[in-house]
Amino acid sequence: MAERTFGRPEALTDVSTHYCPGCHHGIIHRLVAEVIDELKVIDRTVGIASVGCSALAYDYFNVDMVQAPHGRAPAVATGVKRVHPDGVVFTYQGDGDIAAIGTAEIVHAAARGERITTIFVNNAIYGMTGGQMAPTSLVNQVTTTSPYGRKLESAGMPIRLSEMLATLDGAKYLARVAVNNPANMAKAKAAIKKAFEIQIAGLGFSMVEVLSTCPTNWGMTAIESGVWMEKNMMPYYPLGTFRSGEEVAK
Amino acid sequence: MSEKILMKGNEAIGEAAVVAGCRHYFGYPITPQSELIEYMAKRLPQVNGVFLQAESEIAAINMVYGAASAGCRVMTSSSSPGISLKQEGISYIAGSQLPCVIVNVQRGGPGLGSIQPGQADYFQATKGGGHGDYRNIVLAPNSVQEMADITIEAFDLADKWRNAVMILGDGALGQMMEPVEFKESSSKPVEKPWAATGRRGRAKPNIVNSLFLQPDLMEKHNHVLQDKYAKIQAAETRWEALNTEDAEVVVVAYGITSRIAMTAINKARANGIKVGLLRPISLWPFPTEPLAELAKTAKSFVVFEMSAGQMVEDVKLAVNGSKPVYFHGRTGGMLPTPKELYEQIMSVANGKGGK
Repeated sequence: MAERTFGRPEALTDVSTHYCPGCHHGIIHRLVAEVIDELKVIDRTVGIASVGCSALAYDYFNVDMVQAPHGRAPAVATGVKRVHPDGVVFTYQGDGDIAAIGTAEIVHAAARGERITTIFVNNAIYGMTGGQMAPTSLVNQVTTTSPYGRKLESAGMPIRLSEMLATLDGAKYLARVAVNNPANMAKAKAAIKKAFEIQIAGLGFSMVEVLSTCPTNWGMTAIESGVWMEKNMMPYYPLGTFRSGEEVAK
Repeated sequence: MSEKILMKGNEAIGEAAVVAGCRHYFGYPITPQSELIEYMAKRLPQVNGVFLQAESEIAAINMVYGAASAGCRVMTSSSSPGISLKQEGISYIAGSQLPCVIVNVQRGGPGLGSIQPGQADYFQATKGGGHGDYRNIVLAPNSVQEMADITIEAFDLADKWRNAVMILGDGALGQMMEPVEFKESSSKPVEKPWAATGRRGRAKPNIVNSLFLQPDLMEKHNHVLQDKYAKIQAAETRWEALNTEDAEVVVVAYGITSRIAMTAINKARANGIKVGLLRPISLWPFPTEPLAELAKTAKSFVVFEMSAGQMVEDVKLAVNGSKPVYFHGRTGGMLPTPKELYEQIMSVANGKGGK
């Protein structure tokens, strides 16, 4: 009998997700679950779901989960981690959650060097509520609350959260990745694994920003979305590592 | 500790929390509760606890949400404007049925208000405060000793019912010094098999959640909450009755106001007026039945509060129109004097009504 080489990670539950076709959340969930499996921390991991498309992540990860108020996941994660310092605690947040309503919570969790890991999914739009402008929406991007395109004069430039957090010494690992092709998926998984390892080693805060598509609210097919992301998002949100874990606090 | 020591109310709450086994505190500075956050900053490291000064009241209550989810005894404290900021988290705590203790050392309001004592957060504390159908257990001490005792009890009640317990004090109680004794406590954290601790060998994950997208499941969850609240009402209503047996006038007051009221009541008694005090200790659940019972014998009620009239509505609901209910309040951080309360009692007793 042939050996089974591919299956569902133990850290994912056996249910269908509610994510739209072409959305990257499913891939990102899987990569996080694979890392939890490989690090053998399923028994001491607590995930914090946020508000947005990934609000129901608590149904998909096969670990203890807490559903947090909008933007507050890093504060909730702080509470969990301070009670269980040996736990592996991660937040899973979208761009509206983390870079608008939850800006204070993520900045201060990073500043404290909180030993948590944040998976930040950036698709440049509010997905769950139906395609409104996000703090990460690109200039001139048309959304339901920027029907004439995001105006630089009134909305300013989109926030590059990873670069912003890179000014904080408590943030020990910060990387921006994508999952739009197999090569990028491999890099994304390596980054997520590194982020978890930084936490487990007790070094400080770690975050992986994953660029993602939203075909439904971008009004495109899955394939068009991938092209749009590469053409429009990647130039403004360059992939790379902003803190590698090697920096020494001044 | 078993001997009496002199302590501020705010500090007594802090020490009582430690006695109750609280080892996690998340807060943000605000007057007039700052002695409490400062006490915890000093005290918790001595008992290997966690003290964290959060970036905001919102972050602090969400850290409480996380720590309570993770299964520990946890407390936060603030004063009126800060408690307003915590309401989002308190609603989630109610929805997810998490035990925790929240202290409100009330000051004058609305807005930034004043930093002097107030009781104008009664509606916010007892009627929900945040969104959705929920209740916090609300306890209102009236002395430094009772602040200590109630704090220990608050942790037990929170664990017993998987519910937030709010200790509703005020700037006067928080700041004033009185002798206090910390009795040995048998209070112990309970098993929390629902907590998000990491599975640690458990077959199924635990999920702490207040989201129910299906309307029928949302309603079912609300029924679970309402059933719990009904049980709490039946089991945990607390009050003190002083000189009410023969009282024709019943004063209703809580917290610091009840202390001032007692001075006025004693003076009126000395002048032959049959007046007593019904002091709600639990503001939710409210002592509706004891008040309804007194309404059978008393001629009138007079409610004293440091607000423009909030608890008076609950007294009226309890008395249910059977007897007149008068009200006298001060606001903005002004403490009523015994003299003005005495004059109110005399006016009501002489059939001239209240203000």
